[in-house]
Amino acid sequence: MRALALGLAWAGLVSASPSPQVDDALILSDALPPRLQDFGLLVDGKTPAPGVVPYHLNTPLFSDYAEKFRFMHLPKGKKAKATGDGLLDFPVGTVLIKSFGYPADMRSPEKDLRILETRLLIHRASGWVALPYVWNADGTEATLKRAGQRMDVSWTHLDGQTRTISYAVPNANQCKGCHVSGTAMTPIGPKVRNLDDGHQLQALAQAGLLSGKTQAVRPMPVWDKPESGSVALRARAYLDVNCGHCHNKAGPADTSGLWLDWDQPADTNLGIGKRPTAAGRGSVGLDFAIKPGDPAASYLVARMASTEPGIAMPELSRSMTHEEGVALVSQWVREMK
Amino acid sequence: MQAAVIALMATAHVQAGTFRVEPGDGAQERLQAALIEAKPGDIVDIGAGRFDLTDGLSLDVNGVTVRGAGPAATILSFKGQKGAGEGLLVTSDDVVLRDFAVEDSRGDGIKSKGADRIVYRNVRVEWTGGPKETNGAYGLYPVESTDVLIDGAVVKGASDAGIYVGQSKNIIVRNSTAMYNVAGIEIENSYSADVHSNLAMHNTGGILVFDLPNLPQQGGHSIRVFSNRVEKNDTPNFAPKGNIVASVPTGTGVMVMANRDVHVFSNIIGENGTTNVMIVAYQSAFNDKNYDPSARNIVVRDNQHGRAGWAPAFPGGAELAAALGGNFPSVLWDGVGGTAANVHLKDPVLTVSLNLPAQGAAISLAQPAAYTAPATAAAKDLPIIVMPAAMEAAAK
Repeated sequence: MRALALGLAWAGLVSASPSPQVDDALILSDALPPRLQDFGLLVDGKTPAPGVVPYHLNTPLFSDYAEKFRFMHLPKGKKAKATGDGLLDFPVGTVLIKSFGYPADMRSPEKDLRILETRLLIHRASGWVALPYVWNADGTEATLKRAGQRMDVSWTHLDGQTRTISYAVPNANQCKGCHVSGTAMTPIGPKVRNLDDGHQLQALAQAGLLSGKTQAVRPMPVWDKPESGSVALRARAYLDVNCGHCHNKAGPADTSGLWLDWDQPADTNLGIGKRPTAAGRGSVGLDFAIKPGDPAASYLVARMASTEPGIAMPELSRSMTHEEGVALVSQWVREMK
Repeated sequence: MQAAVIALMATAHVQAGTFRVEPGDGAQERLQAALIEAKPGDIVDIGAGRFDLTDGLSLDVNGVTVRGAGPAATILSFKGQKGAGEGLLVTSDDVVLRDFAVEDSRGDGIKSKGADRIVYRNVRVEWTGGPKETNGAYGLYPVESTDVLIDGAVVKGASDAGIYVGQSKNIIVRNSTAMYNVAGIEIENSYSADVHSNLAMHNTGGILVFDLPNLPQQGGHSIRVFSNRVEKNDTPNFAPKGNIVASVPTGTGVMVMANRDVHVFSNIIGENGTTNVMIVAYQSAFNDKNYDPSARNIVVRDNQHGRAGWAPAFPGGAELAAALGGNFPSVLWDGVGGTAANVHLKDPVLTVSLNLPAQGAAISLAQPAAYTAPATAAAKDLPIIVMPAAMEAAAK
């Protein structure tokens, strides 16, 4: 999975038997197939069919510590186009696929992994469409759940303790809650700056899936790898990925005036000395989103650390605190002059 | 799978269909499914009873009517909410919400964002435990929308504003009741609003017209506040610290902060311990070049005043009252902007300007004096706000 080149070779050369066949006509239709298998995109929740390639992001969204598997499928002969550092321009007929699962024990994540759901983002002639599919208990079939679903999940965490959460599969509207720019549905993850790990874009180009640039001007670091960037850069990458899809000038949280995307200058709208707007108890009694030097007095940090609906940010796909992410952003605020 | 409970009574797309949803098992999924599967023109008809919901609901289809059996009969309870910021979120245009209640949402009650031509009619949002800091911020929360009609709503217990309209254009809030909120009704960073024939009682502040810096839409203007009853706003401020409304003194009737062209007239305003009408500049430091912090072109006239000012609830209030011979004014302006601010305060009650020298000046620099108006003429009457006919029809 990590070695993309290997993944591409796999997808191209190895065919597990019996191998599903991607149904490009179904992808392009207006249909909302009740079964994920109808698309022929995956062998199982984490194994792609031929013509479906894995990819990864330098800094991913935190989703309650779920293991995530990302794939893309492009229509035959078509390429994604990379122009700036932002989102790849995907042709109609593209499917972006993300599966979510938990291992029995996070200290050995490869073992006993149960995939819970697979989300598709399909580029149709009418625009992008989001379809959430939920797998059955034995992982043999995934069915469409446009209204979302909650399920209890347990695992042994990295600290050896058992964790149990009420895992939320988002409904189709909640998908749009993040995946929207202006009023149009859009992918979030596969941006040039977050795909550029020094190899991945070149590999995609070599596989004939990408045209245009294969390097970002300002690639994002890996949030938890200090060698990949300064605390400030890693914190900004973390905020972009976890918050910036809503908190930007054209996103669902634009009216807050708190904009946390990668390109936002370090000013009031980044939260520095910014008072709460329409935050209600989300201000948690603090005056500023970011008070330089003082993470304990910064409500941006407090909301990241909270798990209480109405206070917790992001609002979706998080019922646990991402301790390591909070630590990184806290350190950034602490070191801020 | 929900066919048994969601009956599409008319299948032709040209004809409106009705999704009927009743309370009971799986209500969350059935109701959310209806809100997703509805097509423009459809009605989501929510039956009488209590719906115990675990997650926020959302609607993103244009032209859908969500209708209950009445705000006392159809109750969407979010007491057990585990996720999402609000009870119901609307992100599509031409939506009508009517005849149901949202209770005890963990965040806002009903939010509509970028939802043009939205009608809220005869809905109730309430936090049933009374005023508490842990209640959600806003009851009704339309934001970033053009043409907003709120008619006959009831909101109680919001820890910020009961009815809040933000960063929007062309707004009517009428015939509604806001009680036991921090702010009863608040119009913020918005253009062209009529707030009339409402009851704002037992809030911290009754009706607020605010403008804040560093936001996508600012420079609020052209707001009429008239024919409202704004009385007995006596609930101690319970807003979480840090929020702008946490600075509203308990016992404020109508408060205008920043904004231009705000007319407050023909209201009944009384029994407000701090003051009946307060006109002030934004008070905190700010760094937004495009922001004007002062209140300009303000008209206050023809209001019927009851008692006010016996318990001014802000720092320096008691001293100020003493300096004025024990009487705190019924109408108060901070004086920021001076004559150029063109503030006309024409009610026949004690009306005072603090004559503060500048935005952000300490109250200790106040030189309070009786005030009515500068020599310049008052601003002309503002235009009546009109909604598209289809919205008025939907609000019948």
